[in-house]
Amino acid sequence: MKALLVGECRDGKLLEYSYELFGFASQLGAETAMVLVGNDAALPSYGGTVYLAEAGKYGEYNPDLHKRLVQAAVEREKPDYVVFLHTSYGWDLAPRVAALLKAPQASEVVALAEGGFERPCCSQKMRQVVKPVGSPVVLTLQGGAFPALVPGGTPQKQALDAEGEGRTEFLGYEAAVRKGVDLTRAEIIVSAGRGVGKKENLPVIAELAKALGGEVGASRPVVDSGWMDAGAQVGVTGQTVSPKLYVACGISGAIQHLAGMKKSGFIVAINKDKDAPIGEVADVLVVADVMQFVPALTAKLAK
Amino acid sequence: MKILVCVKQVPDMESRFRPDAAGVWYAETDLAFRVNEYDEYAIEQAVLLKEQLGGEPEITLLSVGPDRVVEAIKKGLAMGADRAVHVRDPESHLKDPFQIASIIAAYAKGEEFDLIFTGMQSLDRGSTQVGVAVAEALGYACATTVVAFEYADGTVTVERELEGGVKGTVRLKAPALITCQLGLNQPRYPTLPNIMKAKKKEVNVVPVEQLLQQEARLVLAQFSAPAKKGGGVILEGDVADQVDRLIGILKDKTAVLR
Ligand SMILES: Cc1cc2nc3c(=O)[nH]c(=O)nc-3n(C[C@H](O)[C@H](O)[C@H](O)COP(=O)(O)OP(=O)(O)OC[C@H]3O[C@@H](n4cnc5c(N)ncnc54)[C@H](O)[C@@H]3O)c2cc1C
Repeated sequence: MKALLVGECRDGKLLEYSYELFGFASQLGAETAMVLVGNDAALPSYGGTVYLAEAGKYGEYNPDLHKRLVQAAVEREKPDYVVFLHTSYGWDLAPRVAALLKAPQASEVVALAEGGFERPCCSQKMRQVVKPVGSPVVLTLQGGAFPALVPGGTPQKQALDAEGEGRTEFLGYEAAVRKGVDLTRAEIIVSAGRGVGKKENLPVIAELAKALGGEVGASRPVVDSGWMDAGAQVGVTGQTVSPKLYVACGISGAIQHLAGMKKSGFIVAINKDKDAPIGEVADVLVVADVMQFVPALTAKLAK
Repeated sequence: MKILVCVKQVPDMESRFRPDAAGVWYAETDLAFRVNEYDEYAIEQAVLLKEQLGGEPEITLLSVGPDRVVEAIKKGLAMGADRAVHVRDPESHLKDPFQIASIIAAYAKGEEFDLIFTGMQSLDRGSTQVGVAVAEALGYACATTVVAFEYADGTVTVERELEGGVKGTVRLKAPALITCQLGLNQPRYPTLPNIMKAKKKEVNVVPVEQLLQQEARLVLAQFSAPAKKGGGVILEGDVADQVDRLIGILKDKTAVLR
């Protein structure tokens, strides 16, 4: 069994989480080769074959061409699996590769299952097992679901080329704008989620943060709705925090939010839904309405 | 200019999900359905563009699914779409993302849309495949996970959201397909007059058999709740009591309360 792993480069560097692909391949028990649009400096620490296409020539984001580059590597390796990470690069490119190869695709895989793959559904509240029909099978892996594995060694590099032009033109990166408090240093964070209901309710969260001597954070919809500044956002596209105490108020626990806070020392979640996925990481799940529970907690702490 | 917006109806995610009789997807009893959140950004972006271009573009909304999806279609029409297509499929939940994309592409093929908007994913299935697969089937340029959109003279400039808050700016030429991400815009609430107007708009019903020629590439085998990792304490019941118990635990297990 063979897996072709699709590595990722950004700004000329191999993204660390590319090593999760090797972790997955080892669980699958598959032989591996990697394909990468990058440069020599970005080659992984891995003793097998790496098909390297020059990012200088093909760009770091040029999906129409990257698709053909992956196809060229597939033709040489004849893999059973073509494996991406479920990232902005992977979920963009994988369906294009699947279309080209007429291959089944399972997205955001979190585990191997008998004859298939387990993946989250219903906003992470449930799991489904899907079985691909045909081969090769295209997969994207949920970030962090498979432990990173650095195989070590020096790759045998094979140059990779493809013809043609892309239909999208990449104009460049724009760095994250961060203003406000540096939540990465906060010891206590009380975060507001959509379950807080409306902007007018936010002082309730701020008062709890004050009573605990901490800072206020937020989930993404709170920021997108303009209730709070982008600097407060915790998650994959926000800040990664690891306070001693994280209090999630009305936050469902989407994987993208968890990515930013699950390393917190102690996690308290307040949610009226007992089945909310935040329960998976919370040390304490308080099943309650935030607007009833939080003021009551603040009042008691103030005594 | 012709714009297509693809809309899916999904259950409220705060629901309790139970397996259906076949054990492969959720049972629909007791579920409240609404427009997939990401698709609301797609509808809004199409309507904003129509406004920007002085009302010229015609916006067609398309939804594949059973009869209940008419509610989602009505909302889209009330938000400002001009007409709709309901691809009637009582078994759409059993189709894989590739088949759903094939259905949409089969409809769109003859229509020559200049722009297609979809959500970046659905909240229930979450495959992130359908939009891209439609673009591939039609040979359209495509950008995903879009958080900013501009259009001028047949050229689309978008910002794609990447990890860590970084964005990538991408330019593409129509015909193009855009998958919409949270933060792209603030979807409007349909006003009462617009809800009334929407009632008169055309909804063309097409049976799915007319559009689907593809076999599934993924078979649904199982649907279940994730194995509970456990460990966490769950506090239920009276609020005052919950407060006391939480404070007790925090004093016990953390150094943050003295
Ligand atoms: C590419 C990508 C990147 C993303 N990046 C991020 C990111 O960096 N950070 C982030 O947070 N999200 C991010 N998201 C969004 C993420 O998927 C979720 O949509 C988001 O985290 C949900 O926020 P929420 O939990 O506040 O809202 P919801 O998911 O709507 O959850 C609200 C919760 O509040 C509960 N609730 C409702 N009312 C009450 C009440 N009165 N009392 C108590 N509980 C109540 C509900 O039961 C529910 O669990 C990203 C998504 C994508 C696709």
